[in-house]
Amino acid sequence: MSEVLDHSAGAAVRTGIVDCDIHPTMKSNRELFPWLAERWQQHLAAYGSQPRIPFSTGTQYPKAAPATARRDAWPPTGGPPGSDVDFLRAQLLDACDIGLGVLAPLHGAARNNELDAAVSTAVNEWQIECWVKPEPRLKASVVVTHEDPDLAVEEIARWAGNPNFVQVLMPSKTNELLGRKRYWPIYAACQAANLPLAIHVNSVGGGYASTGGGWPSYYLQDHHINVHSFQSQIASLALEGVFEKFPRLKWVMIEGGFAWLPALCWRLDKHWAQNRLELPECKRPPSEYIRERLWFTTQPMEEPEHAEHLRDTLGWIGWDRIMFATDYPHWDYDDPRTAFPIRLSNAEHEMIFRTNALGVFGLP
Amino acid sequence: MIGLPVGAIDCDVHVAVPNMNALLPYMSEAWQEMITSRGTDGLDLASYPNNAPLTCRPDWRPANRKPATDLSMLQRHALDSFGTRAAIIHCLWGAQAVHSEDLARTLCQAVNDWIAAEWLDRDPRLRAAIVVPAQSPTYAAMEIERWAADRRFVEVQLLCMNEMLLGRRYYWPIYEAAVRHGLPIGIHAGSAMRHAPTANGWPTHFAHDYVAQTAGFEGQLLSLMGEGVFNHFPELSVVLVESGVTWLPAFLWRAIKSWRGLRGEAPWFTRSPGDLVRRHVRFTTQPFDVPGPDETRKILDHIGSDEILLFATDYPHWHFEGTGALPPGLPDDLVQKIAVDNPLATYPRLKETLS
Repeated sequence: MSEVLDHSAGAAVRTGIVDCDIHPTMKSNRELFPWLAERWQQHLAAYGSQPRIPFSTGTQYPKAAPATARRDAWPPTGGPPGSDVDFLRAQLLDACDIGLGVLAPLHGAARNNELDAAVSTAVNEWQIECWVKPEPRLKASVVVTHEDPDLAVEEIARWAGNPNFVQVLMPSKTNELLGRKRYWPIYAACQAANLPLAIHVNSVGGGYASTGGGWPSYYLQDHHINVHSFQSQIASLALEGVFEKFPRLKWVMIEGGFAWLPALCWRLDKHWAQNRLELPECKRPPSEYIRERLWFTTQPMEEPEHAEHLRDTLGWIGWDRIMFATDYPHWDYDDPRTAFPIRLSNAEHEMIFRTNALGVFGLP
Repeated sequence: MIGLPVGAIDCDVHVAVPNMNALLPYMSEAWQEMITSRGTDGLDLASYPNNAPLTCRPDWRPANRKPATDLSMLQRHALDSFGTRAAIIHCLWGAQAVHSEDLARTLCQAVNDWIAAEWLDRDPRLRAAIVVPAQSPTYAAMEIERWAADRRFVEVQLLCMNEMLLGRRYYWPIYEAAVRHGLPIGIHAGSAMRHAPTANGWPTHFAHDYVAQTAGFEGQLLSLMGEGVFNHFPELSVVLVESGVTWLPAFLWRAIKSWRGLRGEAPWFTRSPGDLVRRHVRFTTQPFDVPGPDETRKILDHIGSDEILLFATDYPHWHFEGTGALPPGLPDDLVQKIAVDNPLATYPRLKETLS
């Protein structure tokens, strides 16, 4: 059980499952102030982070529940869901026997890159001080200013080699598609630091309509359609030659689902073959790179009408590519005991709930 | 010395929705449940961050509450200190920016009910613009009909930047209803952020967003003229609210030149942009971006009309100090027109209730 673990940084995860998507939240952005210059504290108070949405503090779409959260995840001590490490430990880590939990802070990118970089540094410090130190089963993600790769590279360098961090984290919606060369310095830095690059779904991002035909009306549409941002990013990375250029970089796709991947690969391969004239940087069928470099977290898992069909999909993607995630404390949280609609063999369970992720993060 | 004549009318003051709880009493039980169970709130427009300097002048900023949420402050700061006879409320809020048409309608209805009960009923000097959901022109027209009999609503409010340009036929049901009831269309600064605030994407700074609003207004004027809105609705008046004014001459010079060269593309565009603007479009006087009185006089000369400016403080937005709401360098006879005659001529319902 988890209580017998050695909690020191870098220690082996001897037992328990791995949860690849846990969202720590702040009671207010004042939690960042110990690491934030006064200039930026004042800036945030006056202007906020100016997300690329119509509202200064709200969300693009009204969400399913207050704070987008499980209704039982509000800590008894007050504050929003995911803001109390003791309550998270009891409700998530202990209750679900989680031996390693990966933090994915979703503080939202600021339009001002200098502000975003200052906040990113503070969020990274905050993850260590407020989460990893009190609860070593948790590991942090290096958040970066993805729209200013020079600043992102500085941030990655700041934490490279620090065992509290297991990956670099970016959102799925960016100003330009991630295959563009301007983002490449980030990939070089991740590869050099031996840190996987995780892409987490976001509904707010580059400030474009969430479909090519415009804006949907409801969260039930937007929540689904966000998955398309992963498809366009994966196509861009493959076709622009990123996988060819950075062969040792591992990619983790978080909260984007996965059942759509086989059909995307088949379609990409077909048009890669037909259009090689315009795709010299992509030297192999895209599906080959995807099979080698990409991992996918489970929540929210697509649920086939006939549960056994999920087995076909997992086989096509590769059982070694799937990593369990709860998405705690969000409303569509997956409980590790009930998330899978099919019975997994012990070997399959071990891979998805444990060893696939440990392998990606290079943990014993 | 304020310099305002007796009977001055302030054509742009702001009130703000404190939070969603303030509006719940004005919704059906079903909507109350929908909104509270999902925690829907935080709909202040990104175009006006609450704590940005522009959003509230320092000496008008309340200590422990959101700006523009207190009637006695508005009375003291905006009405009493300028001695205005009437002031037109614009309520900028996310009701006009949410994506769902039904949610937009519900929130706009609640905002208007709230404006009537919490503001108009409590000070007879106050008038208001009807906040309508441009997300659904059909619903917007219905909301205009709902308030048509209440003569305290003197205008229809739209945001400067929406999903599409406002000249498109899609939006015409709004203009049809407005004309039917003698209501000008007030296009107010602000964006529903369906698109980046500039043609080159998202600026880094709030200051840039705000400066770029004038480009949004220029786009709307060209759209309204080019799509033939003023041909189809010859009685329509449009008020550009908080648009700034001094960009207008340069805009007209370019628009007239383009129109001369390209009008064959839109054969119904038979009157020059200069004539159309002077006939159909009005501008509130704050902000008025000008270095001093000499430039004001020249710009007014360039605009070539003493009928298109409407006095406004834009309370509580921060554009001037003290009671210096008038642009510098206005001749006295023009002040009388801007502060009294032009508003009465622009808003038929003001004339009806104040004369």
